[in-house]
Amino acid sequence: MMEFLAMGGYAWYVWMSYGAVAIVVATEIVATRARLRRARSQARHMSAAPAAPTARFDPARST
Amino acid sequence: MTMNWFKYASPSSFYPLAGRIGAACAVAAAALTVAGLYLAFVVAPTDATQGESYRIIFIHVPTAWMAMFIYLVMAGWSALALGFNTRLSAMMAQALAPTGALMALLALWTGAFWGRPAWGTYWAWDARMTSTLILLFLYLGVIALRHAIADARRADRACAVLALVGAINVPIIYFSVRWWNTLHQGSTVSLTSAPKMAATMLAGMLVMTLAAWCYAIAIALVRVRAIILEREGGSAWTRELMAAEATA
Repeated sequence: MMEFLAMGGYAWYVWMSYGAVAIVVATEIVATRARLRRARSQARHMSAAPAAPTARFDPARST
Repeated sequence: MTMNWFKYASPSSFYPLAGRIGAACAVAAAALTVAGLYLAFVVAPTDATQGESYRIIFIHVPTAWMAMFIYLVMAGWSALALGFNTRLSAMMAQALAPTGALMALLALWTGAFWGRPAWGTYWAWDARMTSTLILLFLYLGVIALRHAIADARRADRACAVLALVGAINVPIIYFSVRWWNTLHQGSTVSLTSAPKMAATMLAGMLVMTLAAWCYAIAIALVRVRAIILEREGGSAWTRELMAAEATA
């Protein structure tokens, strides 16, 4: 096990590379899932509120 | 059999489809990563000249390839967004930019930690490294431009133009090792010649690349679902969807 972790003397380079990929990928997964959760709860709140009046062009009111 | 491909050009019908494809790709990415790491650390032999340091190749090459591919895909969606004025295409481009930026960052980072033992330096202003750094800045530029424009549809068009102009950098990265004889070595894998590496090493690299593909598709689809809800929240179809989810 220790021999595997030592990577033939290249432990610093190999594990700094793989470690960075692991951290970045894990962070991206957590952050993106959180963003979807936030977007979903926001959309739910917007559906609970009464429909916002949509601006439409009304020729009768135009001057 | 006829199929209406334009059906999925609308966010309302694409949203559930993205969820299903994304989940399948996430499972595939996890399985391929386990298989790829097994090939990379257990099956692939120690390199005769580089020792164990060469094992960085199994993440360096996939991240570098993905950084370029994702940019081309983002530029492709941008072209569709400009040409057909389809908002979902622009949302796909928007969803790909952060993952592309992270892939470019990881390609540069793993390259630095491979360059040190292989060439004696973490960084050099070599043609391929410099053009990959420019790729990272292009991704960051597209993301920054998006945040700088409040109106989403105007931001779509501005980002699409920037993404398309920046696409010229991708062939520059790809051919940089042929055009400029600087530090970075030529390609190890080519479609036109026999690979210059052991079969198990090549297998590990290709499996890790497939894993990166599946991961990028899965994460971009999760992000595009968030973007769809952020931009279309309150519309009739999201109201129906939220009501259906509440009763389910």
